[in-house]
Amino acid sequence: MPTFEPVLSRNWNIADSHTLKVYESRGGYQAARKALTTMAPDAVVNLVKDSELRGRGGAGFPCGLKWTFLPKDRKETLMCINADESEPATFNNRFLMEKDPHQLIEGILIACFATKATTAYLYVRFEYIHAYKILEEAIAEARAAGHLGKNIYGSGYNLDLWVHRGAGAYICGEETGLIESLEGKRGWPRIKPPFPAIEGAFRKPTVVNNVETLCCVPHIIERGATWFKSIGTPKSYGPKLYTVSGHVEKQVCVELPLGVTCRELIDVHAGGVWKGRKAKAAVPGGISMGLLSADELDTPLDFESLRKPGCLGLGTAAVTVIDDHTPIIDYLLNTSRFFAHESCGQCTPCREGTGWMEKTIHRIKAGGGRIEDLDVMLHLANNLGIMPGTTICGLADGAAWPIKNAVTKFRGELEDYIRSHQSPAAQVTPLQISIAQGRPVELSPNGGLPILNGPPPARALHAPDGRGV
Amino acid sequence: MPAEAPIQPPRIAILTDPLKEKIRALFPRYPSKRAATLPALHMVHAHLRCVPLQAMSEIAEILEITPAEVHDTMSFYGFFPQAPLGDVRVWMCRSISCMLRGGDELLEHACDRLGIESGQTTADGKLTVEFAECLGICDFAPAALADDGRVFGPLDGPKVDAMLDELKRGRRDDPPRV
Repeated sequence: MPTFEPVLSRNWNIADSHTLKVYESRGGYQAARKALTTMAPDAVVNLVKDSELRGRGGAGFPCGLKWTFLPKDRKETLMCINADESEPATFNNRFLMEKDPHQLIEGILIACFATKATTAYLYVRFEYIHAYKILEEAIAEARAAGHLGKNIYGSGYNLDLWVHRGAGAYICGEETGLIESLEGKRGWPRIKPPFPAIEGAFRKPTVVNNVETLCCVPHIIERGATWFKSIGTPKSYGPKLYTVSGHVEKQVCVELPLGVTCRELIDVHAGGVWKGRKAKAAVPGGISMGLLSADELDTPLDFESLRKPGCLGLGTAAVTVIDDHTPIIDYLLNTSRFFAHESCGQCTPCREGTGWMEKTIHRIKAGGGRIEDLDVMLHLANNLGIMPGTTICGLADGAAWPIKNAVTKFRGELEDYIRSHQSPAAQVTPLQISIAQGRPVELSPNGGLPILNGPPPARALHAPDGRGV
Repeated sequence: MPAEAPIQPPRIAILTDPLKEKIRALFPRYPSKRAATLPALHMVHAHLRCVPLQAMSEIAEILEITPAEVHDTMSFYGFFPQAPLGDVRVWMCRSISCMLRGGDELLEHACDRLGIESGQTTADGKLTVEFAECLGICDFAPAALADDGRVFGPLDGPKVDAMLDELKRGRRDDPPRV
């Protein structure tokens, strides 16, 4: 097998890699110059289509194909770059923006030229304060050097690129949530169709692409579709940035061909499981994708293979390792807490379902669990958003998958936990206590229904209300 | 009940003219004025460290939308407080990567040390501690982020103490000059 040459991260270890000077000295903007001055927009689209580049944001939709969905007779196209990377354990886009922002700007320029967009909005989550500052500087540099603005490289093509900052909402990473947020509204996802390619931001045809996807584009222009398809596994082509965090010795972001295994990432690139322990499980691609048990760690991390062990997909390829000292209920509590907090509240199954999920798991954790809770949770997970049409976006699916995987793969452990932690006090709900003592019903501190709540968690800090983003 | 309607204090504009100009300068970027809502809220927040009702209504006037629409957007996002919080805001991450390495306990530790609950401000008004669902700095997990952009991690008990001491000394960035 030929040795793999990293391209997306090739400048990261060079001093001042975020500056235009360094980027140009490394051959930067040559691909954009080639595309704008020697290729027709359709030729660029076809090249990206031939490379079979799939979106790196989570869903893995073919990028070139997405560009062809734009109406042929459109007057104006908008480009939205999704840099609202908020999936827990995912930070590859942050590296791309902080260490090599010009690679992203070049990708945006080529993609906008291909789709005939003359305005692009880079939607960055507000937590990336450092990346935001670097991007603003890089865009100013690129504009001054003529890589953005009017009549770029004398081709007659114009492009404006603006940074638009988010304000702490996971749902704005969903493409239509992002569009609503860009329009100045709350980030409530829209019902599709119409798809953004037909009617997106400001009711104009809009392309929404992820940062890493666009960073691949200059390299495809430079090296061709055949080169791109020579990397990876059949159906999952190209380089990918993998992030590894959690119980590993080194928490890293590495570039590797699509299709490496979780085990290789942990053992070779992240220095193994920390403290000499063993892995109990790993989350393969951001928490919404589900869970791999220890004996499934050899599954290739690509767009196709993760369905087999029952995961939702590759997601963001953000691997989180859970060691064998961690109760799986802690993982469940964390994921359910996240989704209950981040559900936008628009669809009832998701808003109510994620809340119920969290409260049930809180109760189990506190010692008030019943074995049948596991089946109730599975039932809930299967109806949260799996049936087509129950929810507008995929957040409910994402909330359901960790539950389904954990309850299926770690049922024995969860049952043992419930049995060994059952405390008589926790078995009685506040409602029953209230009735028995003949006093008014007291709601739990987090305002939930008393019947579903066991004793409150150890501290109100863990309750789903309170400030936070 | 007072016999007469209470006298409304005269409304003094919160947004300065240069700040209003800065918001209007955003208009050419977007096909609609309303799209400037989030950037305008960020600008006002950078200036006042909060977005009070009066500011919302002034933003609405500039963007030619109703104050309710500005409030609707603003309240959806976790970032904008209506009254000023501490001099420095710090978010401690509780997402999966940080939680596995003790993020929840460190948040508790920080709150215990400051004598506050998550989301509250210290009595001296210097520091607000909040949880974050994910900060995207998992390579530093367990991590924290101050609102001037400083990143702290990987944290443990003593490092949280040192972080709080440092943050209590104030913000590091220059205050916005508008």
